[in-house]
Amino acid sequence: MRQMAVPIAAAPPATRRVRRSYRGWQFVGPFMIVFALVFLAPIVYAIYLSLYRNRLIGGNAFVGLDNYTQALQDPQFWSGVGRVGLFLVVQVPIMLFLALLVALALDSGRLYGKSFFRVSIFLPYAVPAVVAALMWGFIYGSQFGLIGNLNDALGITLPDPLKPSLILASIGNISTWQFVGYNMLIFYSALQVVPKSLYESAAIDGAGQVRIIRSIKLPAIRGALVIATIFSIIGSFQLFNEPAILRNLAPNAITTYFTPNFYAYSLTFSGQQINYSAAVAVVMALITMVVAYVVQLRGTKDL
Amino acid sequence: MSRFIKVAAAASAAVLALAACGGGGDDSSSSGSSGGGATVTDAQVEDALQKGGTLTVWAWEPTLKDVVTKFQAKYPNVKVDLVNAGTGDKQYTALQNAIAAGKGVPDVGQIEYYALPQFAIGKALTNLNSYGAESLKADFNPGPWNSVNNSGGVYGLPMDSGPMALYYNKEVFDKYKIEVPKTWTEYLEAARKLHKADPKVYITNDTGDAGLTTSLIWQAGGKPYQVDGTNVTINFQDAGSQEFVKVWQTLISEKLLAPISSWSDQWFQGMGNGSIATVATGAWMPANFVTSAPAGKGKWRAAELPQWQAGQNASAENGGSALSIMDKGANKELAYGFLKYANDGDGVQIRVDGGAFPATSKTLADPKWLGDEFEYFGGQKANEIFAKSAQNVVTGWSYLPFQVYSNSVFNDTAGKAYVSNTTLADGLKAWQDQSAKYGNEQGFTVK
Repeated sequence: MRQMAVPIAAAPPATRRVRRSYRGWQFVGPFMIVFALVFLAPIVYAIYLSLYRNRLIGGNAFVGLDNYTQALQDPQFWSGVGRVGLFLVVQVPIMLFLALLVALALDSGRLYGKSFFRVSIFLPYAVPAVVAALMWGFIYGSQFGLIGNLNDALGITLPDPLKPSLILASIGNISTWQFVGYNMLIFYSALQVVPKSLYESAAIDGAGQVRIIRSIKLPAIRGALVIATIFSIIGSFQLFNEPAILRNLAPNAITTYFTPNFYAYSLTFSGQQINYSAAVAVVMALITMVVAYVVQLRGTKDL
Repeated sequence: MSRFIKVAAAASAAVLALAACGGGGDDSSSSGSSGGGATVTDAQVEDALQKGGTLTVWAWEPTLKDVVTKFQAKYPNVKVDLVNAGTGDKQYTALQNAIAAGKGVPDVGQIEYYALPQFAIGKALTNLNSYGAESLKADFNPGPWNSVNNSGGVYGLPMDSGPMALYYNKEVFDKYKIEVPKTWTEYLEAARKLHKADPKVYITNDTGDAGLTTSLIWQAGGKPYQVDGTNVTINFQDAGSQEFVKVWQTLISEKLLAPISSWSDQWFQGMGNGSIATVATGAWMPANFVTSAPAGKGKWRAAELPQWQAGQNASAENGGSALSIMDKGANKELAYGFLKYANDGDGVQIRVDGGAFPATSKTLADPKWLGDEFEYFGGQKANEIFAKSAQNVVTGWSYLPFQVYSNSVFNDTAGKAYVSNTTLADGLKAWQDQSAKYGNEQGFTVK
């Protein structure tokens, strides 16, 4: 009898717990619905699509992981991944280094017209990416663009920035121009929260500017550096606007599989290969997640 | 729903009947099956027009707006909803999406000739043989008519066409005392002379254009694409293709082509300032000259396309489009009524007056139209040249049933020849292989 009494006594709290959890759901419900609709549903749908293959002849059929096996063996896809990988290891360090340099210069307090520089370096970020790419396209034009004008005016022949061997560097230049200001702002705001008293005591201890940067400023903004790096990795892997716009000017230098994102786009809109495109997108998302995660783990190891 | 099935069944039955006749688009087979194929008579179409209803038309052709206004005035019960869903590829994407979703499919769509087979084979279009469309054959020029025929079915009525001509800047040719080329060999010579006389001047621009390449191979008598249902052959090693490769490779190797893409700002600038001396393209071009290269007014002229063999007068089509009835459209009799009005009836004159280049043989023989003087071409009666070109289009050409995709990878493959040591022949082979790979993936048998 006693044994039976225990569950009865325990029952009321159990029902109360159920009711309480529903109340919680009522609070997060609206968010969860929107989250599920605009965030989870597209991902689930892409995965669903990637398991089928719709052909002009033969219609739609479930093919399991065939699209994924195809993507993993697709030289065009991997050449795109290789290209953004190269872009990542070359352009991102240059851009972040420049951004850091500018942020440190602004923070040093020795710069005349500080706010003017801050705004003008940030300004390119305010230019929409498509407009920026178009603008740079005009600059790069070797027939009627700025390069062409320079060639004419000076009687020289500059290398064509839109030729296949230079196009990636040219795109890197656009990205650097556009995002130095943005990253500078991240670093600069991180530097703003470093207590000024640290600099004073370092100065009293006889530390020079270089030492202050190495021992105080850089460690202080390490978190910001990691964040900026992760943003840049994601940005590089998602490279799309610049190749898509510049392709009109350099159709032979920029292939339809120039970057993985552009490849997915071409597959969908020129070849109607929606299913394969979805598989490519999912694989690319996984690669990006893994790389970004590894960088985050390493970057924040002993923070 | 049952009506839809009936129409679809009739359409596919017609396809089967024609396929049984040998699949060719020649006279005897199509007239032989017309009795069994025509399930909707003209009277039924006329009834539908009188009864009225709503039609959705997806098209970007600007002169259609006037056609719609006058069509609605003639048939007050019909309401036409003309939608510009994008130009070319953009509209095809929207159309493919609507077809895949089975919702929001228009009744009528504008489809370019090169893209038509893709939609026809995807069963997205209604075979107009069941409306007796094959009896309209004589009304249209052979080139466009051939283009709407696919495996024995008629999948649209030709709206406009692009018989090719060579547009040239007379001022530039006169300045350097160079004859307007009659053959492509002379064209190559002229290219050398022009570029030598002034390194800023190029005979033409080209950064690898699938449409131009296929059109010139077409003119040279090449037939790289053979399509028989789902059996497709792609072969850029045939004589016509080789002819093209020989001349074009030289133009590329000797850097005689301006590295400017067509339709770019630089292109129109070049036509205006004399640095691009010729453009070989369709007869729809004059309107673009007037609006986008106004600086060239009075300097340019039209001429017959240079020939691959001296003394011939072969031509080809470049561009042009048809109006087709979508298989999933709701109001097909009405749609056919609109098609006939716009492309075979009163609509033709309305569009020609608006500056379109017609696909109908009657217009091409009209002395008033032939006598039109083009202000941009210094008063030249250019329509005479275009009409002649339209009659000389080489027959027997067909596009791939997946040409839209194929053209999209032209610059990935053949385009390499323009910017690297890859030869054009190797580039075209790579294009062929890439197209074949896609075709096989899509369920065709490509050789």
